[in-house]
Amino acid sequence: MTLLYLLVYGFLVTAVLGLVASWVDRKVTARVQYRVGPPVLQPLIDIVKLLGKETLVPRGASRNAFLVAPLIGLAGAVAVATVLWVNQLYPDHGFTGDWIVVIYLLTIPSMSIILGGFASRNPLASIGASREMKLVLSYELPFILAMLVPVVGSGGSIRLGEILLVQQGSGAFAGNISGILALIVALLCVQAKLALVPFDAPEAETEIVHGPLIEYSGSGLAVYRLTKNMLMFILPFLLIQMFLGGFVFSGWGILWSVLKFVGILALITVIRNTNPRVRIDQAMRFFWGPMTIIAAAALVLALLGL
Amino acid sequence: MSLKLKALLKSPWVFHLATGSCNNCDIETLDCLTPRFDIERFGILLAGSIKHADVLLVTGSCNRMSAERLKVLYEQVPKPCLVVGIGSCTGSRGLFIDSYNCPVPLDHIIPVDAYIPGCPPKPEAIIAGVVKLIDKVGKG
Repeated sequence: MTLLYLLVYGFLVTAVLGLVASWVDRKVTARVQYRVGPPVLQPLIDIVKLLGKETLVPRGASRNAFLVAPLIGLAGAVAVATVLWVNQLYPDHGFTGDWIVVIYLLTIPSMSIILGGFASRNPLASIGASREMKLVLSYELPFILAMLVPVVGSGGSIRLGEILLVQQGSGAFAGNISGILALIVALLCVQAKLALVPFDAPEAETEIVHGPLIEYSGSGLAVYRLTKNMLMFILPFLLIQMFLGGFVFSGWGILWSVLKFVGILALITVIRNTNPRVRIDQAMRFFWGPMTIIAAAALVLALLGL
Repeated sequence: MSLKLKALLKSPWVFHLATGSCNNCDIETLDCLTPRFDIERFGILLAGSIKHADVLLVTGSCNRMSAERLKVLYEQVPKPCLVVGIGSCTGSRGLFIDSYNCPVPLDHIIPVDAYIPGCPPKPEAIIAGVVKLIDKVGKG
């Protein structure tokens, strides 16, 4: 049964929705720039093409770490997706503390990028990996503080299923002032987790040519791209579960769920298309300064019951 | 046609390689990526790293210094890959034909799948050339 959840919900459904999310991102980007944009199947075709290409391992690279790193990231993403889907479909099937598990597992894709970057023996990849590490250090604190707001709102429960049930009973947390502040902080942290502009310093394409991914080709790159596309679904899904009351699969709820998801995705895309890249020190100052203060304020407001 | 090749033709990521060109062809190549021509419609993206590339766009007259680098870079492209020579310089060496520094055309150094003549070729000509190449490879 666990294997079924992992393969069907964790991998298959999430991968399909992730590829669709990636297409929405590319299409919205194209429309912002007055272009037509790629066809719907483009993200899938990219993955299939990369799987068929030769995989090159650079000379002097740490061969095993280089080849295993993408799979570690994919495994992390699949595990998070499974926990989220199980809590979405059967809110009482979760376990106490899955909130903590999700937060831990969400750093694994970043860790795999760091591992792959350092294993590939390329100076630009090393710079990218070290930036990624700094970025993880900077966004984790405000992200966890923001994620604590729903926990406080649901009376101290660290079960995702219970957080969902509380929201179905008394309205989404984004309706409170504390919830909306925490949602803004979490959204910007998601932007950094996906390494999108303005926080794309680790993968800056025009500066360090995709950073940690520079030496990857063929199936390794395909797995990284798939992981990233899946995260593009998983992270908005997490935000929707924590702040916007999760998905509803009946009647008008379906339309409302799609609207929530596409809305968050379009917001992320528009932020990425209207901002310049910040330096890594600026990103760090931004997350440890204003974002942490706002997240802490939201937490205090939540404790006061606002 | 195999699925591998079909997918390659639907999403060719291009790497842009200047081997001592006067930069006109490079500017025209970059024009193809602007919103006016929007080649992302066909799945074409500009790859920053040669390890991500499927199509090598070579411009310039391949002088003695860059010919060696060209061979090294060609070996680094994950196969299967295609090579397109852009501009008159790659095919006939253009007005540098009598130069001591431009000994051979591009296809004497690496295998070339298509030449797009012009000095420089218009973006429309580059897109037409790529479409013809895709048709040729698609028919086998």
